[in-house]
Amino acid sequence: MMNNSKALNKIPLEEVSYQMPTHTLSLCLSLSLFWWINSNYSNPLLLSLGAASILLVLYIAHRMDVIDHESQPVHLSLKMSGYLLWLTKEIIVSNISVVKHIWLGNSSISPTLVTIDASQRTDLGKVIYANSITLTPGTVTVDLVGDRMTIHSLLKENIDTLKAGEMDRRVTELENRC
Amino acid sequence: MLTAATIAILVVMLLAIIRCVVGPTLYDRILAFNMFGTKTVLLISILGFLMGRPEFLDIALVYALINFISVIGVLRFSDSVEFKHSLQEQTSTKEGKQ
Amino acid sequence: MNLLLEIGSGLCLLLGCFLCLSGGVGILRFPDFFTRMHAVGVTDTLGAGMILIGLMLQNPAGLVLLKLMMILLFTLFINPTASHALAKAALRNNLQPVLDESSNQGGDKPSKL
Repeated sequence: MMNNSKALNKIPLEEVSYQMPTHTLSLCLSLSLFWWINSNYSNPLLLSLGAASILLVLYIAHRMDVIDHESQPVHLSLKMSGYLLWLTKEIIVSNISVVKHIWLGNSSISPTLVTIDASQRTDLGKVIYANSITLTPGTVTVDLVGDRMTIHSLLKENIDTLKAGEMDRRVTELENRC
Repeated sequence: MLTAATIAILVVMLLAIIRCVVGPTLYDRILAFNMFGTKTVLLISILGFLMGRPEFLDIALVYALINFISVIGVLRFSDSVEFKHSLQEQTSTKEGKQ
Repeated sequence: MNLLLEIGSGLCLLLGCFLCLSGGVGILRFPDFFTRMHAVGVTDTLGAGMILIGLMLQNPAGLVLLKLMMILLFTLFINPTASHALAKAALRNNLQPVLDESSNQGGDKPSKL
């Protein structure tokens, strides 16, 4: 627990001691929701079985020490919706461009492999950035070592858009608001 | 409309299988297999609506998860030393024959 | 209202089918593994999303909607991870991508892993 809170040196001490219950609570809530959506029976036997399995999963996750700000990014959830909307718009735009180039044929594409810098501070921010790049068709993050990402793209213009840094800026903003 | 969607997805699955059979490298095959799995999830969901049996969605959900695990498992295996060794042996015997 | 939902769902399904078919053509047409990965990306994000949204509009109430949303969420979380793992494994095992000559400046090439 101490190691996890050291990574969050920005947050004052009294909040750090409150950190663990928030994440456990959020994991518990999402697990209960998952059980309820998948089973949707409300007789006592099945509900108690659900409670038992949720408790078991919580215990195992606690033993594995994976309940922290990385697996349950609750501090991001407020700002996340705006970012997701922008990402959806981005995905639609790049989908149209990739589909256009599929039908135009091989001569219209210019595959490129470059290395760019990520300006995010935490691992979580870097992972969000890399996954957003991969989720957008036309660009795939091939490798991520330290601050440098290797990116393969279908078109040269995609790399130019990435280097202009709008997505990078938005992810960094998202990360800094926590 | 649902029937048309089913047919379209079956066609896409056929294209993925062609790439899976033709694919020059191992990774092309894994990629085509992954796409095939994703399309199967969609097919199962559409069939659930077509037959009026929404329980099929549970199967689709489980299939999506199993598909991911299997792709990661195959990749993990392809990283193993024994696998690389056998691949090298294969290519060296091929070169020897030529 | 019902007719409107029906039309919307039909349109979404049609668009999704078109995107999936384009991806299927792309996976056969593109020259090498890394470019094929982008074609699969189209079918995995917007293609699957449009078909699932079309199905959601067929039955916009109750548990079915929640389950469809869960499938969509899992698809969007799983596919980038799988394609990243695939690309990384391919590059690590010395599968060199076919690059456009004009963009091939030596300095930008990634170091050997």
